Amino acid sequence: MSIVRLLIGGATPRALALLAALLAFLVAAPAFLGPYALSVAILILYFAFVGQAWNIMMGFAGQLSLGHALYAGLGGYIAAGLFFHYGIGPWVGAFVAVAVAVLAGCIVGYLGFRFSLAGVYFALLTIAFSEFTRIAFDHWTWAGGSGGLFLKVQGGVTDILNLRGGATLFYYAILILAVGAFVLCRLLLESRLGRYWLAIREDAEAAQAVGVPVFRCKMIAIAISAALTALAGVWNAFYYNNLFPETAFAMGRSIEITLAPIIGGLGTLFGPIVGAVVLTGMGELFTDLTEHLKISGLKQIFYGLALLVIVIWRPAGVWPWLAKRLGVEERGR
Amino acid sequence: MSAPLLAVQGLDLHYGDAQALADVSLEVAAGEIVAIVGANGAGKSSLIRAIHGIEKPTRGRIVFDGQDIAGGPSHRVCEAGIGHVAEGRQVFPNLSVLENLEMGAAPKRARAAERKTMERVMALFPRLAERRDQAAGTLSGGEQQMLAIGRCLMGQPRLVMFDEPSLGLAPTIVQEVFRIVRRLNEEGLTILLVEQNVQASLRIAHRGYVLENGRIELSGAGGDLLASDRVRQAYLGL
Repeated sequence: MSIVRLLIGGATPRALALLAALLAFLVAAPAFLGPYALSVAILILYFAFVGQAWNIMMGFAGQLSLGHALYAGLGGYIAAGLFFHYGIGPWVGAFVAVAVAVLAGCIVGYLGFRFSLAGVYFALLTIAFSEFTRIAFDHWTWAGGSGGLFLKVQGGVTDILNLRGGATLFYYAILILAVGAFVLCRLLLESRLGRYWLAIREDAEAAQAVGVPVFRCKMIAIAISAALTALAGVWNAFYYNNLFPETAFAMGRSIEITLAPIIGGLGTLFGPIVGAVVLTGMGELFTDLTEHLKISGLKQIFYGLALLVIVIWRPAGVWPWLAKRLGVEERGR
Repeated sequence: MSAPLLAVQGLDLHYGDAQALADVSLEVAAGEIVAIVGANGAGKSSLIRAIHGIEKPTRGRIVFDGQDIAGGPSHRVCEAGIGHVAEGRQVFPNLSVLENLEMGAAPKRARAAERKTMERVMALFPRLAERRDQAAGTLSGGEQQMLAIGRCLMGQPRLVMFDEPSLGLAPTIVQEVFRIVRRLNEEGLTILLVEQNVQASLRIAHRGYVLENGRIELSGAGGDLLASDRVRQAYLGL
């Protein structure tokens, strides 16, 4: 079975055992986690998933996107809109959502990559697209305009076909997405395409000189990344049941998506996961602390300081350091 | 005479309003070493980049092995059989020597024989074999140049374009690089060599072209060019 070898080839038995334990824990978690802990776990998985999606562009192919809220927002709005207006469930709606997000990604990518925008200039382009999409949605009545789009909440109903239900349903949905993205990323990294991305990240000019189809590889990266991010958006819309252009396409949303992989370790498979645990854990801790100390606004300051400390202390991310401690290093990438 | 392996005909290249190449025509026959010499800014690198499809020419034809390749895309030019050792030894610094070499086998044509080519490259550059697992960024300048050449060979090119291969290298290493270029040529590789090191490159070249301000000003056999007054005065300070 070559796919199995691709998936676990090169991993030590120790790493595989740890991975199996983690997976077993995640599958069993809803059975013993309380509602609060479950909601935190859901947040962690969400950030691990979108982080993984963003990491394909930045960590693998070296293209900085600061506008990923565009794909999450489009995905969420389209699936929610189709459900709201026509009763089309998210399992079908997700296909439309993904198609539209991929199209948007291809437009951004074409403009950026065809005209060789690199680094911050490309990042500015991604911001511009998510900003003007936000303004467009502010005025688009089908999507509820600036007043927002709301999905009906029915307590106690579990309807898997329409992704309506309680926290456990959403937990497993995001767990499947996160595991799927992890597996996909592993396969991508092991593929020829993954090697080409690495070459482009290292030095795009040199990659071109050796005959790597640079433009095509970048376009595939943005398309896959946009597709996964759109799925996160669909999940997000049905979990929270409301969408506003001001938040769905916000700059802050885009930044939020980038944090887990940056803190965890850019370009690594476990970076986004570890980053999501650290960030969400810290967020919750500081919320508690602030409530305890009864000083409002402290949370943001603590959070900012903690990010600063981590970035200075472990510029390559927490995961490479942690992996060494656990004795399960990922191959140097 | 049979058709040349590479023929550039009436090539113009502009960067915005600035003209980098004007009506450049040249030919490289199979098995030749052809040198293009000229001062800094004469358009040598632009010419290489245009042939490789990285820059799009505004006019003219580039025919390689009967196929018009002007305008790229560059991976298709590699696929056609042209290799490019870029200026400044662009290795992938965080990848190992081995990974760098593997990356060179990007053209589909080259994949089937990847292992065999790898053995050949390792035999050609024993230093690379010794350092196969080392990150390319930690190699010395000379070793990085060998790696860049080896990586290019991994793509199994029929013609290799060298862009300033001696730039920034110690004199003994420069000699080594030229020795390798000549050896590759003796083994059957066609070579287009762009250099500021006029003397060394014209000495190993069968034929040469002198490029000034984007135009071919002079051409001829390597030895004849070296002996010409114009080259002696302008480039060798004699």
